[in-house]
Amino acid sequence: MGVYVARMKVHPYVPVREGEGLQDVKLPEDFCKVYPEFLPDPKPEWRNRMRERLERADMLKRRNVMEIPEFYVGSIMAVTVSDPNASGKLNRFVGICIQRGGTGLRAWFILRNVVDHQGVEILYEMYSPLIQSIDVLRLEKRLDDELLYLRDALPEYSTFSFDMEQEPLPENVEVPVNPIKVQLKPRPWHERWERKNLQGLQDLGLPERFYKRAKLLEKPWEKYDLMLEYRQAISEDEQRDIFREVHPHYQQLESSRRRIKRHRSGIKPKTT
Amino acid sequence: MATIFSEKMSLALLQRLVLPFSKGTAGLHTTCTMHEIRKMARLRVVDNSKLGKSAMLEGRPPRCIHVYNKKGVGHTGDKVLVAVKGQMKRAILVGCHQNQKPLMPKFDTNNIVLIDDNGSPLGNRIHVPIPTMLRKKLVEMSRPKGADYTKILAIATRFV
Repeated sequence: MGVYVARMKVHPYVPVREGEGLQDVKLPEDFCKVYPEFLPDPKPEWRNRMRERLERADMLKRRNVMEIPEFYVGSIMAVTVSDPNASGKLNRFVGICIQRGGTGLRAWFILRNVVDHQGVEILYEMYSPLIQSIDVLRLEKRLDDELLYLRDALPEYSTFSFDMEQEPLPENVEVPVNPIKVQLKPRPWHERWERKNLQGLQDLGLPERFYKRAKLLEKPWEKYDLMLEYRQAISEDEQRDIFREVHPHYQQLESSRRRIKRHRSGIKPKTT
Repeated sequence: MATIFSEKMSLALLQRLVLPFSKGTAGLHTTCTMHEIRKMARLRVVDNSKLGKSAMLEGRPPRCIHVYNKKGVGHTGDKVLVAVKGQMKRAILVGCHQNQKPLMPKFDTNNIVLIDDNGSPLGNRIHVPIPTMLRKKLVEMSRPKGADYTKILAIATRFV
């Protein structure tokens, strides 16, 4: 009795042929952090090179029309959407980015805020034509990649005024990391936060058996697993090829990113 | 030496006993939490009706006993039948804790507004924000010579 193994169409990586002076195009160090949605999902069953190329072209066209600023999980943002049911046809929501995901045109982020003592979260697709503008009011990072624990935290950690103004960040300064440690409400929680190795939480104050169980279920060998690391990442050669596609538009993207930062700091460009 | 050995033995025994049955003794398979509104779901009344306020204050929130749609799962804007303080009342779901589609707000609690048979709410103010899609959905639900559910929009203070 043989076992049926579904044959996956996994196409191998074929490097782009060098030519037309593309050799001097260097991959910037922060490209993967600032534009993570340009990299595809590493899962081989879901890869489709042609679809990724078409999506990247569409993403660049959309960025020509609407500026998508640089943001990270923990930044406070304001998004205006065109909504036929809202008064004035525009709906503005301010919130902290608690999670970010998706690749290509399906890249999304979730904003959370506590409005009138009610926690509200909205998922926005970054390249949706319904989105009119995305503004980053406070650009900062947090100690964790995902802030889903804010759902179980005290409401003051997720409350941001809708009238919040843009906070300036001086030029050529690295994105600040907010070292805040959040206090959670008493249990029950949405997830077992003690098992997630989160840095941005205060001492959970749980009985010893919780931490013992968490230690039992730990997988400390994963950090030595090279194949896991390989499967979860896009190789540097592929990243360079992707950057080569983006390179003609990179100047424009970077200048708009700098312009957004300058606007926020109130520095006007010199007119000579 | 003997105590260390016995501790290690007991831990190993525990691992063998507990880990295979960590999900349940009968080997049951459970789904992840969906936070769906079905029968027996506890809901939070967000209007300022006397009935709703007293039920929430005494710590016995209303429970859903019927969802008025073909699937037994309620979404934002659906009409549900709830049991509040020993009586049955109809209500409209104005906010769900379930993961929603893009651009649809997701709330931290499952909120309802109690209504009577004509669709008019029992309270006269809703202090909690309400999704803008209700403007369209409640109009579609209302019948010209039947129930008018749009009065809920009049008592709402904020839309999200």
